[in-house]
Amino acid sequence: MSAQPILEVEGLQATIAGQQVVEDVSFSVPSTGITAVLGRNGVGKTSTLRAILGLIQRTGSVTLAGDRIDGLATHRIVQRGIGYVPEDREVFSKLTVAENLALAERQKNPRREFVDALFPDLVKRRQQAAGTLSGGQQQMVSLARALINDNRLLMVDEPTKGLAPRIVGEVAEALAEASATVPILLVEQNLEVVRRLAADAIVLDGGRVVHTGDANAILDDDALVHRLLGVGTAETGASA
Amino acid sequence: MSTLILILITGVGLGALYFLVASGLSLIYGLMHVLNFAHGAFLTFGAFLGFEIARRIGSDTWWAFAASVVIGGVVGALFATLTELALIRPLYERHIEQVLVTVGLALAAVALFEGIWGSDPIYISAPAWMNETTSVFGAQVPNTYWVLMAAATALLISLVVFLRFTRFGMIIRAGVENRKMVTALGIDVRKAFTLVFAIGGSAAGVGGVLASHYTGYVSAHLGSTLLIFAFIVTVIGGLGSLTGAAIASVLVAVLQQFANYYLGGTGDLIVVVALAAVLLVRPAGLLGRTA
Ligand SMILES: Nc1ncnc2c1ncn2[C@@H]1O[C@H](COP(=O)(O)OP(=O)(O)OP(=O)(O)O)[C@@H](O)[C@H]1O
Ligand SMILES: [Mg+2]
Repeated sequence: MSAQPILEVEGLQATIAGQQVVEDVSFSVPSTGITAVLGRNGVGKTSTLRAILGLIQRTGSVTLAGDRIDGLATHRIVQRGIGYVPEDREVFSKLTVAENLALAERQKNPRREFVDALFPDLVKRRQQAAGTLSGGQQQMVSLARALINDNRLLMVDEPTKGLAPRIVGEVAEALAEASATVPILLVEQNLEVVRRLAADAIVLDGGRVVHTGDANAILDDDALVHRLLGVGTAETGASA
Repeated sequence: MSTLILILITGVGLGALYFLVASGLSLIYGLMHVLNFAHGAFLTFGAFLGFEIARRIGSDTWWAFAASVVIGGVVGALFATLTELALIRPLYERHIEQVLVTVGLALAAVALFEGIWGSDPIYISAPAWMNETTSVFGAQVPNTYWVLMAAATALLISLVVFLRFTRFGMIIRAGVENRKMVTALGIDVRKAFTLVFAIGGSAAGVGGVLASHYTGYVSAHLGSTLLIFAFIVTVIGGLGSLTGAAIASVLVAVLQQFANYYLGGTGDLIVVVALAAVLLVRPAGLLGRTA
């Protein structure tokens, strides 16, 4: 693990429609590798990512590569070098695949070859409306939108949700490849994927961080997994 | 037969005028979810300044007419841009306040226009050709209607090309679907907000100049009357749908003209009945998304 974390979150709180959904979250993300965010449904994983991006009302301090970003508007935060792959993909369904990607390009030399090589399926579907793609293909568009720029950090929210096992493998493979060049903060319920990809893990419960540490060590602790993630054993994974 | 043709063509011409106003309303609502009640003020201001420039150049020349159209478009765009920057943007995401502020601006603008130009209609003149008629299968169609149709067609084509083939057009289409995700890609969606106001205001300003040739006068209330029909058209077409607005503009205006002729001047009433009927059968409008 290298010296300075890429992202530091201190005392993050967030509200949606007056209701507090992130109570008090502090953690840091190392500047290499994949860090998993774990926790039961509804503990505030998605809200934490959205709060970091300023997509929902938040207070607390967020530091990206040493610079405070918590006072900035969402588009400025992203321009600082964060790629975001939201839960449920959120592709622009009426735009083509090519347009979805073009919209995401922020730099002079976007990494088109890299993305095309990673998702050859998308290359032949460039002119297809994104809304007519399969769930797995939409997930690839969503990932490609984040990978087309040289980001300092990716935040990826449940990329394997609702996908067939073979596609889960492809998505995991793409993330592994991407993580060679950019640190990733990954929300993931599929514990096999977490085990395969993540070095570190952060466990949330009730809008707070309740555990941090080595990902495999956490997953090996059956009692902890049962208590905090609500699954029998790590080996069965969590697909709910 | 010739009466039928005349009603049909004048209906389409009036529909063209509605579309010049409704297109902007539809774009603004689609992207920003703001019903812009100030749109009529953009139109009226464009009409007044168009009239002022035309009368200085010489109202019955084509040069004067062309200049008034250009001025109307520029003034409408500037007025709308200022409105967005000064009144709408500070109320970002507060839709009810945004709508209220456009209502306030609409009322204030009418009062201001009356203060400057008085409350009586000012009759205007036009190039001689526009006061003549062209015979179509025996129907004598006033030439103003051709100008209206040409302007609306040009606007529709430019908007479609702009939305399809430019980056800003792409941002607007994406923003209509999901504004938050547009910002999450690092794009300042507020620039697109200002832009749709400018485009809508420009179309309304041109519409104002043409409306004054349609009615034969300018007045402080020119925009308010048209705005009502433009809103109805936008709702019938499906809030936020440009194609819907175009289709509904023509349908509503033709219906209105027919009712005015055959049902003893009940055109306005019939339009409201049509609005109620569409809302009952298809609450989201003809081409509106269900939500
Ligand atoms: N738009 C909203 N309005 C009201 N409450 C919301 C909204 N979005 C989320 N919440 C609430 O905030 C809490 C945290 O939700 P969040 O989506 O962040 O959880 P999560 O950990 O990502 O869950 P999941 O694993 O199901 O994706 C939940 O209790 C949820 O009900
Ligand atoms: Mg979630």
